Amino acid sequence: MPTTLKYQEKDLKLVGTRPPRPDGVDKVTGRARFGADYNLPGQLIGKVLRSPHAHARIKSIDTAAALALPGVKAVVTRDDFAEMPDEMAAVGELMINFRDVTRNMMAREKALYDGHPVAAVAAVSESVARAALALIKVEFEVLPHVIDVVEAMQPGAPLLHEDQFTVGVKPKPERPSNIAKRLEFGRGDVAAGFAQAEVIVEREFNTKPVHQGYIEPQACLASYSADGQAELWTSTQGHFVFRAQCAKVLQMEVSKIRVTPTEIGGGFGGKNNIYNEALAIALSRKSNRPVKMVMTREEVFRGTGPTPGANVKVKLGCTRDGRITAAQAELNFQAGAFPGSPVNQASMCAFTRYDLANVQVVGNDVTVNRPKVAAYRAPGAPIAVFGVESVVDEMAKKLGIDPIEFRLKNAAKEGTQTYYGPRLGPIGYIQTLEAARAHAHYRAPLGPNQGRGVATGFWFNIGNETTCALNLQEDGTLTLMLGTIDVAGGSRAAMAMMVAEELGIEFERVRPVVGDTAALGFNFLTAGSRSTFASGMASVIAARQVIEKLRARVAKIREVPLEAVAWKDGQARPAEGGGAQFAPMTLAEIAKMAGKTGGTIAGHAEINAQGAGPGFGTHIVDVEVDRETGWIRILRYTVVQDVGKAIHPAYVEGQLQGGAAQGIGWALNEEYFYGDDGVLQNPGFLDYRMPVASDLPYIDTVIVEVPNPNHPYGVRGCGEVPIIAPMAAIANAVENAIGLRLFAQPFSPPRVLKAIEDAAAARD
Amino acid sequence: MRYEAPKTLEQAIALLAGANGQAKVLAGGTDVLIQLRSNRAAPDLLVDIKAIPEMKSIVADAGGYRVGAAVTCMELIENETFARAWPGVVDGVKYIGSVQVKGRATMGGNLCNASPAADSVPALIAAGAVAQIAGPQGRREAPVEDVVLGPGRTSLAPGELVVSFVLPRRAPHSGDAYLRFTPRTEMDIAVTGAAVNLTLDGKGVCSSARVSLGAVAARALLVPAAAAALVGTKVDEAALARLAAAASAACKPIDDKRGTKEYRIKVAGVLARRAAKIALERARGQG
Amino acid sequence: MSRNHVSTTVNGDRVEFLCETGQTLLEALRDELRLTGTKEGCGTGDCGACSVTVDGRLVCACLMLAVEAEGKAIQTIEGMAAGEALHPLQKKFIEHAALQCGICTPGILIAARALLERNPDPSESEVRYWLAGNLCRCTGYHKIVDAVLDAAREMRGA
Repeated sequence: MPTTLKYQEKDLKLVGTRPPRPDGVDKVTGRARFGADYNLPGQLIGKVLRSPHAHARIKSIDTAAALALPGVKAVVTRDDFAEMPDEMAAVGELMINFRDVTRNMMAREKALYDGHPVAAVAAVSESVARAALALIKVEFEVLPHVIDVVEAMQPGAPLLHEDQFTVGVKPKPERPSNIAKRLEFGRGDVAAGFAQAEVIVEREFNTKPVHQGYIEPQACLASYSADGQAELWTSTQGHFVFRAQCAKVLQMEVSKIRVTPTEIGGGFGGKNNIYNEALAIALSRKSNRPVKMVMTREEVFRGTGPTPGANVKVKLGCTRDGRITAAQAELNFQAGAFPGSPVNQASMCAFTRYDLANVQVVGNDVTVNRPKVAAYRAPGAPIAVFGVESVVDEMAKKLGIDPIEFRLKNAAKEGTQTYYGPRLGPIGYIQTLEAARAHAHYRAPLGPNQGRGVATGFWFNIGNETTCALNLQEDGTLTLMLGTIDVAGGSRAAMAMMVAEELGIEFERVRPVVGDTAALGFNFLTAGSRSTFASGMASVIAARQVIEKLRARVAKIREVPLEAVAWKDGQARPAEGGGAQFAPMTLAEIAKMAGKTGGTIAGHAEINAQGAGPGFGTHIVDVEVDRETGWIRILRYTVVQDVGKAIHPAYVEGQLQGGAAQGIGWALNEEYFYGDDGVLQNPGFLDYRMPVASDLPYIDTVIVEVPNPNHPYGVRGCGEVPIIAPMAAIANAVENAIGLRLFAQPFSPPRVLKAIEDAAAARD
Repeated sequence: MRYEAPKTLEQAIALLAGANGQAKVLAGGTDVLIQLRSNRAAPDLLVDIKAIPEMKSIVADAGGYRVGAAVTCMELIENETFARAWPGVVDGVKYIGSVQVKGRATMGGNLCNASPAADSVPALIAAGAVAQIAGPQGRREAPVEDVVLGPGRTSLAPGELVVSFVLPRRAPHSGDAYLRFTPRTEMDIAVTGAAVNLTLDGKGVCSSARVSLGAVAARALLVPAAAAALVGTKVDEAALARLAAAASAACKPIDDKRGTKEYRIKVAGVLARRAAKIALERARGQG
Repeated sequence: MSRNHVSTTVNGDRVEFLCETGQTLLEALRDELRLTGTKEGCGTGDCGACSVTVDGRLVCACLMLAVEAEGKAIQTIEGMAAGEALHPLQKKFIEHAALQCGICTPGILIAARALLERNPDPSESEVRYWLAGNLCRCTGYHKIVDAVLDAAREMRGA
């Protein structure tokens, strides 16, 4: 069986059109079942007790009074979970250590952030569960805390982990540190490169953590039976990975846990990790009843992972005619309470849009007393690119070169050697720049206090382990069993479209279903913009296998040689020059006879998809700045992106628009506010300010298609690239509007007004 | 916790009096429910006053208006004659949360919840609205600016509730406006709010004015000095500049996650000026 | 503790349930009546995922107590389609790909229907401001606005 299929250009009937998605009716009628919509008879409600302290040693936990409360059926604490080995695993695009997974799920020695779980209860109702939490007595020894990344890096800062010595520094440091890891990427000689430069720009940027902001809080339902088997329904981006994590922390065999993924109300990377799942299974085990656990919005903010806040330094050197001679960055990323920020990925994405001989990127992964970070759509890249694309913009302006022209002069293209390893294959970066430059947006007139900014983004995209099964039913319809979660509601349709295209049949005859963990072999999470690429690849492999089997079956039924049978437009027909004639057979006719002629016809694939094509995008934004209040209005936004091939253009447009909107929110108003006590002050949607409908204009999209040679339809992942450029694009637009550059995100009105006033004062 | 929905004011007052301070009035519930959930309030009794007719009506009364304290924001916004007379009061009401929140929230609740940032309060103060209050000791009235004492505290005696707001008859060539600053276009708590209500004489000179600021002190402020900057002028740029300065000078704000002191002081002046311009346009348009 | 008995009408059907005084209408709909189409996104009235109408008025079910539903007529997403016949808004949302994960969709559809009942010909800006109480994190609102305006056109017979 092939494990990869190369791109083949061909006439397409279905791929590239816009059929209605198969789960659409359920979602618009309220019939679709998300995590909190599942219930089992006899279920209990589970709730988590969370640390009110940012940093504290847990001296004792007394659960006796809670257990004695009528209606309470089980309580768990750290004593109910085994110590975990020091063992790394991949979770989406971030790596995790199981030692940390269990501690993040339930604190052991210390509470490391406001919101850190310390105990959990299961009771007959929500109000009894809440009353039980109030009866649990925890003795904390409060410790000094640190939440700022630069402060946390200083020697003498409050230390989260006494046994954490910075990895990547030689010789191994003598003293432990909050810097968990230092990494470095590069090529060439930056010192020489800067020496050659005629103009140098060097700037420092600071960003705050932001949350993925999925509207559906985490929700799960666990049912453990006395024979040691557990069923789990949960809203997840990866049911196989959740099964693996639960099995590990609960010391159960993987096959004893069956995870059914519910519909998911947004993830964006934040549902790549378990939070309550293993707690719910453990509570179910102890109480002998199903346990349902649904987070409140406050818990989502206090207890689930944001993306890091960071301190970023960028230095760029150029010749006068606009060629970059050296590029350097230092990325200091908060990891939250446990190591594992996306500083790696951020480093890879910082400069890759440019063809550079001399590059150095140093990254530091720093633990601080905040929730452990989780992936957030192109993890790390928007932060690094905020710095880099701002500096690029400043450099272009200094040199008097148009910002798109500057990027074209230095653009990465096919054959460019990246500084983190691979050489780039065919890519569409230049095409997106040219399309942006040609777009009417780029020429539209601007009024007073209005400005335009451009920025670009790159994401490598991934493939990974993927399986699927395609079964031909008795009536000639097909069921495509998928193992990748359909987070945004477009990929189910895209896979079915590719299968229908392969078979030459109508879209409606292929029913895509996301199976549970018992239905298929391991599938990696839906992350890294991988599902249309990898699951699409697997689906096409399965479809081609089905076609081979159909041909063989028809050859048998019609008693002709295999070479005489061709598959075209949904039918088996005599092949041209195949040497035999026979009456064609439709899929339905073959299917009807399948049982009697050898059995059900099916195809399947188990691959580790390689060759994911990187994605590039160029954004243009117009803003208007109210100089008296510092308020930024987004007037117009255009996203241009190379997606390889848009299987279903409406859902590709949706990814571009949604990612840009998140980037805009990140730029303008989203941030976590902490008090001096390290407690989160805005754990809700009132003061964690995500864009509402009246905050945004229409977001125009331009789809560029430079096929990925490593996918049968040329697909590149598209979901992550669009969130990368907005922060820098908006900062660049503000600079264009009022001559003021912003270095701290978010660009909230008080910050902007202060920057305006400081600049005016400096001038006077 | 018990729930009662009395049909008359007398019944409501009796219930509140009988609860020994452990009862809460439930109007729209958009603040109370959040307080119940977060355990900031744990009353023994909720008295739902939405079935009491005089609290739910909007009545034109002797040239002015009597607006029941439990009239919802949407009902007030949809009342075209009221909106024509008091567009500034309606401005304030429009800013309270989403359409969904406005479908339940009330001016009575917005006032008595006593948040310094309440959006309907500055325009009511600028309008010269008077709160009609009833309690175990009988009825009384108080100017709206005297009802709130500080964050979460009112001057209502135990068992008292606000029954309605009386707005005075509108003189010709009058206009009011309320503006607030928020980081998003909707759905935020005001960082700063400014309401201006003014009347012009036959020659276009401002004969009277009231200016009120929200979210810049422990409670909404009536700022006589700001109003004085407009009276006797044609509300020209010089007068507006003096208005803005007086507004900024009156602020006693705090730093919090919504804004800094300096920001609120600066923007109060900006908004007062902008609100005055809108009020002026409205006054000029009113026959 | 003793529970309150509530009689109300949901999507035209008379229903009854028991609830604690502190339970919200949202909890009663989802947990007592098992109508899970109305979603909880925040519990504090900031996201609109729990939008329903009560006597024709658009509200957040998380900001209303279940006991306050007594005698009222409530409409939820489950009542929006007439059997297999989808409401024009529902059809247009699918046609325009105005939903991705779909969690905000029931609330937005209820809110949009309430808008079009009041204002059959809204501008883009009016649609955006009316829907400001409904957070969506997936779509950037672009296709939602298009779908609402297109549904309005169809419903006007334009």
